[in-house]
Amino acid sequence: MAHSNWAEWIYLGVVTALLIYVGAEAWNVERIIDHAPEDAEIIKVTAQQWFWSFEHEDGTKEVGELHLKKDHAYKFEIQSKDVVHNFNIPEFVVLMDAIPGRINTVWFSPNEAGEFDIQCREYCGLIHYNMRAKLFVEGV
Amino acid sequence: MVLELARPRPIWQIMFSTHHTDVGLLYLVFSLLAMFVGGAMAIALRIELFAPGIQLIEDSMTYNRLFTAHGTTMIFLFLLPSAAAVGNYLVPIMVRYKDMAYPKLNAIAFWMIPPAAALVWLGMADFGWYANPPYSVISAPAPAAEMWIFGLKVLGVSSILSSINFVVTILKCKHPDLSLGKVPLLAWSFLTSSIIVLAAMPTFAAALLMLLTDRLGVSGFFNPAMGGDPIAYSHLFWFTFHPEVYVLVIPAIGMMYEIIPRFSRRPIFSHSSGVAAFIILALVSFASWAHHMFATGMSFTEKTVFMVGTLAAVPASAMHVFNFLATMWNGRIKFATPMMFAVGGIALFFAAGAGGVVNTAMPLDFITHDSYWVVGHFHLFVFGTIAFGTIGFVYYLFPYITGRMYNEKWGVVHFILAFVGACITFFTQHILGLFGMPRRIYDYPEIDSWISMNALISVGAMIILVGMVIFLGNMIYSMAKGKPANLEDPFGLGGKYYYPFAQRNPQHGEGGY
Ligand code: HEM
Ligand SMILES: [Cu+2]
Ligand SMILES: [Cu+2]
Repeated sequence: MAHSNWAEWIYLGVVTALLIYVGAEAWNVERIIDHAPEDAEIIKVTAQQWFWSFEHEDGTKEVGELHLKKDHAYKFEIQSKDVVHNFNIPEFVVLMDAIPGRINTVWFSPNEAGEFDIQCREYCGLIHYNMRAKLFVEGV
Repeated sequence: MVLELARPRPIWQIMFSTHHTDVGLLYLVFSLLAMFVGGAMAIALRIELFAPGIQLIEDSMTYNRLFTAHGTTMIFLFLLPSAAAVGNYLVPIMVRYKDMAYPKLNAIAFWMIPPAAALVWLGMADFGWYANPPYSVISAPAPAAEMWIFGLKVLGVSSILSSINFVVTILKCKHPDLSLGKVPLLAWSFLTSSIIVLAAMPTFAAALLMLLTDRLGVSGFFNPAMGGDPIAYSHLFWFTFHPEVYVLVIPAIGMMYEIIPRFSRRPIFSHSSGVAAFIILALVSFASWAHHMFATGMSFTEKTVFMVGTLAAVPASAMHVFNFLATMWNGRIKFATPMMFAVGGIALFFAAGAGGVVNTAMPLDFITHDSYWVVGHFHLFVFGTIAFGTIGFVYYLFPYITGRMYNEKWGVVHFILAFVGACITFFTQHILGLFGMPRRIYDYPEIDSWISMNALISVGAMIILVGMVIFLGNMIYSMAKGKPANLEDPFGLGGKYYYPFAQRNPQHGEGGY
């Protein structure tokens, strides 16, 4: 049947250009946030059915809550003692799987003081829905 | 094109038949039954989440079992069989052959499904539809987990058998006068989706066996305590199931390719563009599986590769959308129920794809991953696009199967409720995800925004439910009491818009259709 295809080609060109733009932008942002700053303080995070525990660089331990300082870079080293969990602070877009047998890292620098939620974002069984903790960010 | 008629036959004659229209009918009835079972589960979940605290379900274990069974039912027992139903009815007719290539194998593939369904529904596993280890290995209760694994094993074999049948029917049994390029797009959709199944499914079959032996303790593929790696399972699983999402969506698009030109009373804008888009989707669907795994600690390079692989599939989907719009442009459109579902499905397909692009743009995925955003994203596909296409097609086939017309007014009411309900439910889920609510949770803290959005989502689900009850009522009533359909032109489009080839079911006897 007779029809011309130029409209389809223009349309595909626009779609492809948009996708390339989105992809390039995403690549660029991810490239920057993928590396933790050198001076980031390390926090060891351990997930376990169904609670979170934390260990600071100086050896202090906390369970179910985490105290950090504003405008200070932290690097989380996340591991799990049993099944896969996911360490998530939605307010600061911190999200990383806690996988038994591996250590995953993610970093952030809280730019706001206050009390925030920590939650598990990967299904891990019975109490997954309530595997929560509190983050306290103290201003300086 | 007459597929079946309201000539009473003993039910066993249909059940033991191997004729493609009878097997198609079995698939169709079973899949709609599964849709209502899975829908009832979804309603239970939504009632529970209507507000914080216990509403309906007493404990989280029951909730977890329900969402697992819901997802498994909808994908494997509703969407795959309903696509097979349509394919069984129409693919042989479209390639002008008397039946499927292997009629007995066809019936066997169908009859594997009910026992598998029994395993899934009686077992009620609790690990979600992707059975993530090591939870599924060390924590999930037996025998539910084993029953789910065996059930999926059987379903996988069934879908491989039916795919072989489609591929052979189309490539080997098509009429010699019909060149492959001229095969209608609906049949093309079954050819491409079946090839994807054949390439993808064996990987999951292997992963299931490994999961089973891990659970038995004789191996430790995915169990870190025995030196295994749970992430290996994720790779195997998503290598099968990202392509598999296209196995679901491609036949639904094929159905829209039947409906839209017909009800626009114009030939499809570009047949070759449709074929090309199917082939591209089938190939590129294998380049994106790890976009489900950005948060497992992948390297920057890996993430980049899979982002690019995912984005590469979008233009092909966009080609389909263009083809539909260009066909409708200047068409004399008749908005009967099948057309409404097809057009509504395309609108939601577009919205769902846009959300998918957000998921795959790496930094944004860390906002959406495993939140209600993802739930909204894939429901816009599985319900908004695939179920819409399928339900529209059920309305379209109704007169051909029953010899009677459904009630058009109630069909339109069903469409409006389904469309409005889907928008309320699934768009709100996207936003709820941005507010940080994780998926697969039985209860949630009293955060104001979460409470109001969850209530709204549950209301949307109820609207969909009302639509579905109307659908069921319309089907049952019209089957018995509907106006006899004019089989030359049931939708009043002018006869030349129908598929020209008829099929005879030998069991209808001499002289019948
Ligand atoms: C334009 C095309 C698409 C893109 C760019 C896309 C992208 C994505 C991405 C990146 C995810 C991972 C989200 C996450 O977990 O963080 C995802 C999840 C998902 N997508 Fe899509 N998708 C597309 C099409 C589809 C189609 C056609 C279907 C179904 C027919 C589909 C079904 C799903 C499902 C089921 C999930 C959830 C997996 C899970 O976590 O359980 N997607 N999609
Ligand atoms: Cu969890
Ligand atoms: Cu995917």
